[in-house]
Amino acid sequence: MVEDILVDIKKDYVLSKLKEGERIDGRKFNEFRKIEIQTNIISKAEGSALVKLGNTQVIVGIKMQVGEPFPDTPDKGIIITNAELVPLASPTFEAGPPDEFSIELARVVDRGIRESEAVNLNKLCIEEGEKVWLIFIDIHALDDDGNLLDASSLAAISALLTTTVPAERFEVGDNYPLPVRDLPVSVTSLIVDDKFLVDPSRDEVSVGNRFLTITTDQDDNVVAMQKSGSYLLKEDRFFEILDVSISKARKIRERLKDI
Amino acid sequence: MSELNEKLNEKEKIQLIFGDKRLDGRKFDELRNIKIEAGILKRADGSCYLEMGKNIVVAAVYGPREVHPRHLQDPSKAVIRYRYNMAPFSVEERKRPGPDRRSVEISKVSREALEAVIMKELFPRSGIDIFVEVLQADAGSRTACLNAASVALVDAGVPMKGMITSIAVAKADGVMVLDPMKEEDNYGEADIPFAFLIRGRKIESIALLQMDGRVTKDELKEAFRLAKKGAMEIYKLQKEAIMKKYVSESVENG
Repeated sequence: MVEDILVDIKKDYVLSKLKEGERIDGRKFNEFRKIEIQTNIISKAEGSALVKLGNTQVIVGIKMQVGEPFPDTPDKGIIITNAELVPLASPTFEAGPPDEFSIELARVVDRGIRESEAVNLNKLCIEEGEKVWLIFIDIHALDDDGNLLDASSLAAISALLTTTVPAERFEVGDNYPLPVRDLPVSVTSLIVDDKFLVDPSRDEVSVGNRFLTITTDQDDNVVAMQKSGSYLLKEDRFFEILDVSISKARKIRERLKDI
Repeated sequence: MSELNEKLNEKEKIQLIFGDKRLDGRKFDELRNIKIEAGILKRADGSCYLEMGKNIVVAAVYGPREVHPRHLQDPSKAVIRYRYNMAPFSVEERKRPGPDRRSVEISKVSREALEAVIMKELFPRSGIDIFVEVLQADAGSRTACLNAASVALVDAGVPMKGMITSIAVAKADGVMVLDPMKEEDNYGEADIPFAFLIRGRKIESIALLQMDGRVTKDELKEAFRLAKKGAMEIYKLQKEAIMKKYVSESVENG
């Protein structure tokens, strides 16, 4: 990966500000950047959303197809999540097959949606053992100014909320809205020494990749976690981050209820 | 077909907890049988064979050595590479050889756990390669692999801040259980793999943490308690395996 030299220069600045108890963009440690959600922006997709988290921008498009169920779940629909970190989104992204970062991104987003059982897969069976709906959640990064993960999770659930099952196109009945019954929200923190910052910007990440992502459902259960980056985390710090993640997710979830 | 296999083939959930016991008779905080042997491969600089329940894994460490391709060299520290690989015959249904998305993610988080404890600044421009082969998988293979990898690293003489010890906790029938086996992983409500840095016989910090499923904060607290207990037991066995190899070596060499 091409080194992002400009960001490296900011590292000292970020650290010196943190010593004074401040973030470089003036946010509080537990404050997200401005969140904007636009839905139904791609009419060819079954559902779609553009999420802006500060300057970070991600589009998620949902496409659906009729396919065969997995043998062990013959009466359930299938979710397939993919992320493409296209070179347009950052000078450090390269074209080509998905690398470990995009695989991890897709898998952590997928885990939140899958484990919260946000999509009622039981209602996506057309013919048991033969035909079920496949839901493709495709994450397309447009601008990586940090925390693509939370932007992608938010875009994914927003897109699902606006998805119409295209039954008429596949001649299997009438179109109906995708049954969504939970609202998983991920909160990613950047760990810097004895502090942690939610929703880190790209410049803040220059201090090192030390992330903890916690995804919670609407009952405050934890449904997915991922510690990412080579660093050591203390147990008491973990539980501090958990509390903040739960309360932040609650606030962000309110935004999803308007969709 | 065994009764257990028949149960597994049923579509609906199976009962995992029977009073204060689990499907295989273990208590909630009981590990599966673990067998560890260090230095089992001739060509590798360090190696380890490990069984954890029905998991069978082999870890090998090569290095510190020259990095190929050259452009991957880092002038300030060693480059750590970790490859988690499942043998095609390691699972019920044949696994297609080569890395899939799951192995890529496991390799990434496992490497990061070890990167955080290997003193890589001591070996600029060099590489330390850790290869772990899962010969048989039965839930918790990533934790078995990390345990084997840390023993192999010690066997290779790679300086570390301490030992990495890894263990998972699952939620089965609403109960938190240590070191889940396949049935508890498949039919349980959550799976939480941990890895800890253990130094001076104390658990110092978390090196790996993932989770999928659904748990409350209190259940997470219980998961930490169980995981730390299990990790200390595994740590003992890791140390014994290393000691055993050193003692037999010193006997052979007079």
